[in-house]
Amino acid sequence: MSPRRIKALIIKEFHQIRRDPSSFLISVVLPLILLFVYGFGVSLDLDHLRIGLVLEDTSPDAQDFARSLINSPYFEVHFGKSLKEFEPLIVRGKIRGVVVVPTYFSAFRYGTDKIAPIQVIADGSEPNTASFVQNYVNGAFQSWLSIQQSSNNIAGLAPVSIASRYWYNEELESRNFLIPGSLAIIMALIGTMLTALVVAREWERGTMEALLSTKVTITEIIIGKLIPYFILGWLTMIMCMVVAIFFYEVPFRGSLIAFSIVASCFLFSSLGMGLFISTVSKNQFVAGQISMFTAFLPAFMLSGFIFEITSMPKIIQYVTYILAPRYFVSALQTLFLVGNVWSLFVIDIAMILLIGTAFFLITAKISSRRLE
Amino acid sequence: MNSALVEINDVSKKFDLFTALKNIQATIPKGKLIGLVGPDGSGKTTLIRLIASLLVPTSGDILVGGFNTRGDPSNITNLISYMPQKFGLYEDLTVMQNLNLYADIQGVLGEEREEAFKRLLGFTRLQPFTDRLAGALSGGMKQKLGLACTLVRKPQLLLLDEPSVGVDPISRRELWKMVQDLLKEDISVVWSTAYLDEAEKCETILLLSEGNLLFYGPTHKLTERVEERAYLITDIHENKRQILEDIMAHPSVIDGTIQGKDVRLVVKDKKTPPQVPFKIVPTKPRFEDAFIDILGGAPKEASKLAKTIKIETSRDILVEAEGLTKRFGSFTAAQDITFKIQAGEIFGLLGPNGAGKSTTFKMLCGLLKPTLGTSFVNGVSLQKAPGEARAQIGYMAQKFSLYGNLSVLQNMQFFSGAYNLFGKEQKDAIDQMIETFHLQPYLHQSAETLPLGFKQRLALSCAIMHRPKVLFLDEPTSGVDPITRREFWSHINGLVQRGMTVMVTTHFMDEAEYCDRIALIYQSKMIALGTPDDLKEKAATPQIPFPTLEDAFVGLIEQYDKERNNVSS
Repeated sequence: MSPRRIKALIIKEFHQIRRDPSSFLISVVLPLILLFVYGFGVSLDLDHLRIGLVLEDTSPDAQDFARSLINSPYFEVHFGKSLKEFEPLIVRGKIRGVVVVPTYFSAFRYGTDKIAPIQVIADGSEPNTASFVQNYVNGAFQSWLSIQQSSNNIAGLAPVSIASRYWYNEELESRNFLIPGSLAIIMALIGTMLTALVVAREWERGTMEALLSTKVTITEIIIGKLIPYFILGWLTMIMCMVVAIFFYEVPFRGSLIAFSIVASCFLFSSLGMGLFISTVSKNQFVAGQISMFTAFLPAFMLSGFIFEITSMPKIIQYVTYILAPRYFVSALQTLFLVGNVWSLFVIDIAMILLIGTAFFLITAKISSRRLE
Repeated sequence: MNSALVEINDVSKKFDLFTALKNIQATIPKGKLIGLVGPDGSGKTTLIRLIASLLVPTSGDILVGGFNTRGDPSNITNLISYMPQKFGLYEDLTVMQNLNLYADIQGVLGEEREEAFKRLLGFTRLQPFTDRLAGALSGGMKQKLGLACTLVRKPQLLLLDEPSVGVDPISRRELWKMVQDLLKEDISVVWSTAYLDEAEKCETILLLSEGNLLFYGPTHKLTERVEERAYLITDIHENKRQILEDIMAHPSVIDGTIQGKDVRLVVKDKKTPPQVPFKIVPTKPRFEDAFIDILGGAPKEASKLAKTIKIETSRDILVEAEGLTKRFGSFTAAQDITFKIQAGEIFGLLGPNGAGKSTTFKMLCGLLKPTLGTSFVNGVSLQKAPGEARAQIGYMAQKFSLYGNLSVLQNMQFFSGAYNLFGKEQKDAIDQMIETFHLQPYLHQSAETLPLGFKQRLALSCAIMHRPKVLFLDEPTSGVDPITRREFWSHINGLVQRGMTVMVTTHFMDEAEYCDRIALIYQSKMIALGTPDDLKEKAATPQIPFPTLEDAFVGLIEQYDKERNNVSS
């Protein structure tokens, strides 16, 4: 191995990065767009859910409950005479659910069976929203109940007050966990896609063949690719951190040292994956497609960034174990929202390194100086 | 000491689907240039890669400087410099950055490096362009830079894989001269080429065809086999294309081509010219004659096209260019180009890379809109009625633009449909092409798997199915072996005889000889127009009284440069 040759390759790579618009797009423009979209565009929080309310019972109790729904910030309540009336509105998506207060509503005070005295109907075609409706109505009912209990001291029910408090993301702002998560996607893109593309380009343009006929070894070529894109990845990472912390004011509660270690390990593993893809495909178009399907989409869908892993089917959950972004997203969200939890990081780092090393070993095994 | 630098012992190379080389036996001596000659797909690149140890033989061994290529590659990379076909220039690096990269990689440092750069930039004449991006260089300059990068360190063996492909005759001559200078320094060179005039200049050649070694030895030995077998029919007043077609039917003739106003023949046996009612004189045999001879002679069958197609034209002038000018920003790619093409004429556009030849061609077939000027096809303005004008045109692009994963029949159906043929008319046209070009056995095969010759037939049939009045051919036979090229031109001759007008761009001088008239484009202007013989006459000098067409090409451009220099100084 010759440091001089590696240095020459690295210098060459930086000249290319500087002149190649796609490097700039992937490493600067795309991350900013992603951060912008996840910062402003996407929100998983819901308020002012439009629901219908049917009061079959007109007792003071029922009216009191209805008032508590109306006063809740989560709901925009529309009144109706029967469930039928709301059906077309649900179909058209005008309202997200219907709450029916049945005739026997006030009877529960005296009854002995503890069946739910209200009916909640939600639009199941949007499961997320449906569960919001269900949970929020339930929450509203429970809190109404507890107020009743404390003021009236209903026999048989203990006076309990529920005060909910959310830890780590106190305002329940989805931005606070989406932005750290999108960092993982950006890194997967730079590490895997950009690397895969630039190596495949060397094959396509015949520069690889010319390099291989010189004294340069495969190891030198690989190192000559790794170092520049590692540095580029880090520059992008710093840019994104600055935007996340100072512009979006996402809390960052961990230490920068822990962050650096985790991020470096993840970059290493996604660079390994990029090198592997380009070694297999040797063609920019195919390399781009493969990295889209194996790096970007899994990082997006299966990393726990948007969709919680625990609510995925079991088999998909097993798949996520071999995806480095899963561990990176978990570490990032912990770092931003919780702080340094080394017991978690050690596992994440170990898994990321394991996956990255596997890619490098396979790549080293299948690449050869020969053209076949 | 053994003077053989490379020993190739009974080498075969098999890939998954085909055998690229079969039992090759050869040695390459020190300080010699070996021409590696053969049509596309004959195994030239595979042999070079085997020598460069980028591939290992399936059987047999190759020793380079005593080292087996199966062993440690660094032994061999120390001895060789290799310039692949698409040379690995980094197009987004400047000329100097490319040179620096390869110098660093090859360990050429300090004073040695400065000296090497001075020498290389001097003899490639790239000195004024060191800050230019490699991607912005012309084709010929790119090849020169490629060679310079390959030569930053003096190797013992220089491997050049088709360095002159797609490069105009002037740049080709310069490259050739650069390599000749290397031989004086005791460097061995392997130069692979599909240009036969280039092969002829090599002292020794290694001739490959379909993976077989057909000939290895001094070039003149190969040419000897056609000694006293080449003839020229001159003083032709009749239709030379008809004469060529008739004479090819003669059993003793193995090859025939049109050369300017004459027809050139190669016969089977020495000193036995065919009995014809024309003036026939012996002529100097060429390497190409021997090449065709060793491959078994040119195709003898006359094109059936001449019998099946008839193009009616009422006009004398079929294509007209009037002051065609194209500017890209501040750069003028073509300036004030004016000419007329007669009905039934073959008109050639020649010129170095980047001279404006393709721009002119594209404006004439309606692919590019001129900044100034107009062009007409069959009297219809391409600018005013592009649709109507284009319907009169058949176009065959470089590298045959066929749909590789459609079958032969599907390609024909698509292209005939695209040219507005439907129903019975379409079916008849397709059937006719199938019969003319013997495509029946391949109908359901996908186009990309066709043998080269059949691909070419299919591309041609797709371009002429709608009976265009004018056929545009853009470097139609680049990368095609001479036999396939002969067949192609027999079809073109057939078409022209039946009234079609043809416009062609080419880098092959033998192809240019088929043209009735040639326009030479240089530095965006048309600097000469005339028959091939006119051009040769114009370029004749006391040193070269009977120039070839290539001499004429180079000579006319040099004359133009000289005159301009005189004017400006």
